[in-house]
Amino acid sequence: MQMHSLYFDVSHTLAGGLVLISFMMLYQDRLYSLLNVFALHALVLALSVAWQAFIQNAPHLYVTAAIALIFKAIVIPVALHRIVKQLGIHRDIESAVGIGPTMLAGMGLVALSMVLMLRVTAEADPLAREDLAFALSVVLLGLLVMVTRRNAVSQVVGFMSLENGLVLAATGAKGMPLVVEISVAFSILIAFIVIGIFLFRIRERFDSVDVSALDDYRGERR
Amino acid sequence: MNAHSFDPVAAVLLIPIGSAILLALLPGYRLTARLNVVASLATFLSAISLFVIERPQPGPYVLVDDLNIVFIVLNTFVGFTTSIFSASYIAHELETGRLTPVYLRFYHAMYQTMMFGMNLAFVSNNIGLMWVAVEIATLTTVLMVGIYRTHAALEAAWKYFILGSVGIAFALFGTILVYMAARPVVGEGQDGMVWTVLIQHAANFDPALLNVAFIFLFLGYGTKVGLAPLHAWLPDAHAEGPTPISAVLSGLLLNVALYALLRFKILLAANPGALAPGPLMVTIGLISVVFAAFMLYRRRDIKRLFAYSSIEHMGIIIFAFGMGGPLANFAGLLHMVMHSLTKSAIFYAVGHISQVKGTQRISRIRGLTVTHPALGWGLVTGVIAIAGLPPLGIFMSEFLVVSSTFARQPLLAIVLVFGLLLAFGALTLRLTSVAFGAPRGSAAPTQASYVPMFAHLSLVLIAGIYLPAPFVVWFQHVAQLLG
Repeated sequence: MQMHSLYFDVSHTLAGGLVLISFMMLYQDRLYSLLNVFALHALVLALSVAWQAFIQNAPHLYVTAAIALIFKAIVIPVALHRIVKQLGIHRDIESAVGIGPTMLAGMGLVALSMVLMLRVTAEADPLAREDLAFALSVVLLGLLVMVTRRNAVSQVVGFMSLENGLVLAATGAKGMPLVVEISVAFSILIAFIVIGIFLFRIRERFDSVDVSALDDYRGERR
Repeated sequence: MNAHSFDPVAAVLLIPIGSAILLALLPGYRLTARLNVVASLATFLSAISLFVIERPQPGPYVLVDDLNIVFIVLNTFVGFTTSIFSASYIAHELETGRLTPVYLRFYHAMYQTMMFGMNLAFVSNNIGLMWVAVEIATLTTVLMVGIYRTHAALEAAWKYFILGSVGIAFALFGTILVYMAARPVVGEGQDGMVWTVLIQHAANFDPALLNVAFIFLFLGYGTKVGLAPLHAWLPDAHAEGPTPISAVLSGLLLNVALYALLRFKILLAANPGALAPGPLMVTIGLISVVFAAFMLYRRRDIKRLFAYSSIEHMGIIIFAFGMGGPLANFAGLLHMVMHSLTKSAIFYAVGHISQVKGTQRISRIRGLTVTHPALGWGLVTGVIAIAGLPPLGIFMSEFLVVSSTFARQPLLAIVLVFGLLLAFGALTLRLTSVAFGAPRGSAAPTQASYVPMFAHLSLVLIAGIYLPAPFVVWFQHVAQLLG
């Protein structure tokens, strides 16, 4: 029993840490610092997944943890750093909503996911339950980052943090099949965005990655 | 290869993915366009053979049952006819320089990869695999929507990508929740995601968890169906990509997401304690119909016009499945098939029209029946069909939806009919200006391929006049399955 409460406490701490770092993302107003916070987010995710792999005795989850560590905590932030530098957009992020309301909305979303998930999973084991509640908070906070930012880079960062929440949920669901495959599929998806659409096209055509600039080209206002 | 060792399920997956690799490597437009057609035909024939050859037993990954056979055959058929249309459409795009040979290779490879993703989603018996397949299909269409690399195309691709990814993320969360609900009953591991296992044990799942899962799945896959509050990506993606892609988006990709929703609806219906998915689907369906009908009046772009019409029809289909019962389900299935055939035929016509006129603006296209009789009358027939006039197939399915609703919920039927009439008005208004009157725009002759368009339209006409008995029996059986 002693051992089990340790298992529980560590995974609880790591999952709670992810929610906290998601909150930190909400108020970063520079792209570089946003990317650094995201790298931290991915690092904590990697630790959390590795811990799940250890306590569930599921060695394949170490693959997911490695992907999170190498790809999301190192490769993607470094690549985005370089893109931001090349595009010369290390100025402030204009967030669409102020920091105060954003934080309040974030708190509301976390409360919502706690109330929802803890209520409907009353019969599941406590570890999976809390994991799921935290995961939904991370997903919703990632969505909030995407909604409150106009810059395309920070929208992608928001999407990646949302995806981290999904990986947290998938690894927390004990014995779920295809987790590794799904995390690989997601990594490919992200690589596609970062390399494909983004680097080549938006830069080549717009000279700006501010998505609001794209709104001027709605087909019907021509 | 004799009939005994031939595996149609493997064929509908391996032919597209194999030819995608081949098409990415081969140069030369004529060869690759033909190869694309041949590969699509081979996939279609393999799909047809599912009717004849004994079906494989449902395994952990693959399932063929009476429900998904309808979807697979429809998918590969429209994929085949679109590849014929695409060959003549793309020839023109190469001449005008909108596409370069390198992009063309990419385009063909992506076309087949998309067919692979959609077929995989249909045959998968594993809800995780189904999710991955829908993601593959989405990604490839995002890339194809942005292929012209104009401002508008990139914006459309970006919007589609962001909204599609959020949708797909919600769908995955829902999928995880379904697994969580299944785990105490089915046990850990593989079985917890196999649909045929889930449906057997669904009655014992925790209803509350299943409800939340369905809400997420409905939001997620509903975004991909293009239902009203979540539809923002759809008109842009239809308008800015190549027209063959608009045809498969409307005709096929929306069906893939719809199919995923139906699978989960069956799962939910098997649990007595779970919420009934019907009212949710009916509400969203009605909102989509009425909203899209109003939006039809404000369209200036011909492809956007028909994109909004797709939202309307998806609303009707979701409404019909939400009402449930043998008759409404039958009508929903029939409507789905008719809509796929008609809408892709319309996009074939619109593709050639916008090429010859050099514009997609409705106000710059006039008097088509005078300058291009075949295209013009093809479009007229298509729009008459999509607006729901007799004797074409959509009239019949809409009539079934409306009459079965009147018998049960007259108030809902009134709202539905209001939406249908509004949409009818908008479409006829636009049609008369585009098809008739003094010609405007180029009158140059086209090298259009009329076969796919008229093949689809005649199928819709035949279905409207006479539905063959085996077809009716099959659909009735599937309607029973849907509950």
